[in-house]
Amino acid sequence: MSQESDVLVEIDDVYKYFPIKQGIIFKREIARVHAVDGVSLKVRRGETIGIVGESGCGKSTLARCITGLHPITKGRIVFDGQDISNLRGRALKPFHRDVQMIFQDPYGSLNPRRRVGAIIGDPFDIHGIASGAERKRRVQELMELVGLNPEHYNRFPAEFSGGQRQRIGIARALALKPKLIVCDEPVSALDVSIQAQVINLLKDLQDELGLTYVFIAHDLSVVRYVSDRVAVMYLGKIAENADGEELYENPRHPYTSALLSAASIADPDAAERRERIVLSGDVPSPIRPPSGCRFHPRCPKAQENCVDVAPDLIVRGGDTASHLTACHYPVEAAENLAVETAAIEQLSTEPTLPSA
Amino acid sequence: MSLLEVRDLKVSFDTSDGLVQAVRGVSFTVERGKTLGIVGESGSGKSVSTQTLLGLTAGALIDGEALFEGQDLLAMSDEQLRRIRGKEIAMIFQDPLSSLHPLYKVGKQIAEMIRQHESDVSKAQARKRAIELLGMVGIPEPGQRVDDYPHQFSGGMRQRAMIAMSLALNPKLIVADEPTTALDATVQAQILDLMLRLQREFDTALIMITHDLGVIADLADDVLVMYGGKPVEHADRRSLYYRPHHPYTKGLLESIPGSTGAKTRLKPIPGQPPSLINLPTGCAFHPRCEYVMDRCVPEEPPLAAVNDKDGFPDLGHTSACWLPREAAGLSTEVERIRQEAVALGRTTGALGSTAGSTVVDAGEAK
Ligand SMILES: Nc1ncnc2c1ncn2[C@@H]1O[C@H](COP(=O)(O)OP(=O)(O)OP(=O)(O)O)[C@@H](O)[C@H]1O
Ligand SMILES: Nc1ncnc2c1ncn2[C@@H]1O[C@H](COP(=O)(O)OP(=O)(O)O)[C@@H](O)[C@H]1O
Ligand code: SF4
Ligand code: SF4
Ligand SMILES: [Mg+2]
Ligand SMILES: [Mg+2]
Repeated sequence: MSQESDVLVEIDDVYKYFPIKQGIIFKREIARVHAVDGVSLKVRRGETIGIVGESGCGKSTLARCITGLHPITKGRIVFDGQDISNLRGRALKPFHRDVQMIFQDPYGSLNPRRRVGAIIGDPFDIHGIASGAERKRRVQELMELVGLNPEHYNRFPAEFSGGQRQRIGIARALALKPKLIVCDEPVSALDVSIQAQVINLLKDLQDELGLTYVFIAHDLSVVRYVSDRVAVMYLGKIAENADGEELYENPRHPYTSALLSAASIADPDAAERRERIVLSGDVPSPIRPPSGCRFHPRCPKAQENCVDVAPDLIVRGGDTASHLTACHYPVEAAENLAVETAAIEQLSTEPTLPSA
Repeated sequence: MSLLEVRDLKVSFDTSDGLVQAVRGVSFTVERGKTLGIVGESGSGKSVSTQTLLGLTAGALIDGEALFEGQDLLAMSDEQLRRIRGKEIAMIFQDPLSSLHPLYKVGKQIAEMIRQHESDVSKAQARKRAIELLGMVGIPEPGQRVDDYPHQFSGGMRQRAMIAMSLALNPKLIVADEPTTALDATVQAQILDLMLRLQREFDTALIMITHDLGVIADLADDVLVMYGGKPVEHADRRSLYYRPHHPYTKGLLESIPGSTGAKTRLKPIPGQPPSLINLPTGCAFHPRCEYVMDRCVPEEPPLAAVNDKDGFPDLGHTSACWLPREAAGLSTEVERIRQEAVALGRTTGALGSTAGSTVVDAGEAK
């Protein structure tokens, strides 16, 4: 049990489907988006778990399920020992204090007509914690904490730069001293030089306040930098889940390998040396995900079996107990995926050059 | 003669807030078959400096010269420019949806564009070429997909279609403005791989605009770094990445996670990009520079040659900075200047180590 008490959030086989409806008066469900499709994940106290994956793979949906913004379709989410999957309304209030979210778009998530002090102080009002001078004092403390000038209490969001607006979002998220902060692409909209400022801030706050983070991003190097553990998502499912360095040094899922090889490297020699694994095709639609292993239409290692049987997310031969991979034929250390071709027929997106 | 030679290009916009000096004197050349990378943060003037060449910045105040095969693009009539656009110089944008018409089939748009410039091509021939082009950019089953509408294509396929369209007339120069920024990592890799192969195949010159130094590390022959509407450093790829001179270039390279070792603290560039309406005096980077010296505040540094490894000026590597001509951070003299700047409190400094001390004045952002 002692090990379990380390776990702050337990996500147990969670599904989130969005119905697609058609019809004018009697709306009929004609299909569903399999946004999150059976995800299990444990988040330990004080750690950062990174979630990476391409657009539409369900990262934000999973984040919104964890923070209670989306009721889940199926499964169980246990936060700090309490099952919150079926709580509604008032019963959720304490949970809403403990879990906060930071969004990608620092522009869209702040009301442009309200002053910064009011925005950051909102949670104090909503939860009846502080008002008047006390509220102002606490807001200014928060502003100082995230590196904003407390004298700018009365300014509007438009008067701040992108990086500073992200700091406003962070200050607001910290107001109620949450246990968990879910960061959904917190630096993706920022310029490179500003990204590093915000990442440093998030790390400092974690050290100072003992925060736990779920950190979502599509940038692998950012996720590697901030995360203790990393989960790679593909079409609503977790493809691989391991300790950060382990995942980057010893990827076992072909999709993880492809993603790593696709990342840009700001070093000409290293960039030239690297052999890119160029996948065929695009990410398929989550409305009708492929059968068996969802990655099979693009996977350079795919075999007949992969079309029929979905691989479980389990420890694969030779890996440590914390390294889980959902693949029948995991990548071996000396393997070069860039030169492999699937044993099944796949849609080719190879260019047909005139000379070829 | 270079394919394209841009000399001292200046572009500004008269807005209700004041004059936006988007581009403040940019010069570069592009040789046939070569790739120039243009890097900088958003708002640094990358898009404006290239869109202006093709007459795509309506209402802008423009000054300078842009010689394409010896002819000044900036002095051409709209009619003359229209003939060059697509045929001689093609553009690929970040968001392919905005350049594809939503109500026409993809193949039809490519065919129309071919027929616009080559009037003797029949409809059937143009369609056949459209199918070939779609196949060439890796669209599966091009014979069927040619009759799809843009919304039936995924993001990656739309960008492929845009590339097909840009190649349709065999242009001498392609300007790609953040062509992969909106795409996923694995699709970005596909598109970059495709562009590189096609460029080699057809020997097209390429201007690749990006905010990500990683995207062009294995792609560009030369790189131009822009800051506040001006080039601050211009060099061949290896010199730029391995021997950067300008503190801004150095800062960009160092702020990338993983560049300074696995888990050591990131080194951000403090402060924010400048306002183009109210630019800092002297060196536009001085409010954020950790080397700032007395003369940087009143005097604007010109682009000047940087010394190569043997201490001789390298005319192919220029930087607009008052620091000694060795690559920044390499000499003890430069390090002494940095320490002096910190000691005198001239810099807003590298952001402090605790969160609370990272106060940045919002007023500076304006
Ligand atoms: N409210 C909704 N109704 C219907 N479909 C939805 C809804 N929200 C999300 N989806 C779909 O669910 C899938 C997963 O979406 P999600 O936003 O979680 O992706 P993501 O991984 O965060 O992508 P990105 O990297 O683009 O932010 C997508 O196909 C999306 O279109
Ligand atoms: N039509 C316009 N009117 C006024 N300002 C403009 C216009 N187009 C661009 N700008 C400004 O010019 C500057 C440079 O823009 P741009 O070249 O698009 O930057 P980027 O480097 O991100 O491509 C920005 O400050 C932008 O807001
Ligand atoms: S299970 Fe098969 S298709 Fe899926 S990732 Fe593994 S090898 Fe590829
Ligand atoms: S040292 Fe001076 S001239 Fe060079 S970048 Fe810094 S402020 Fe500008
Ligand atoms: Mg998202
Ligand atoms: Mg731009």
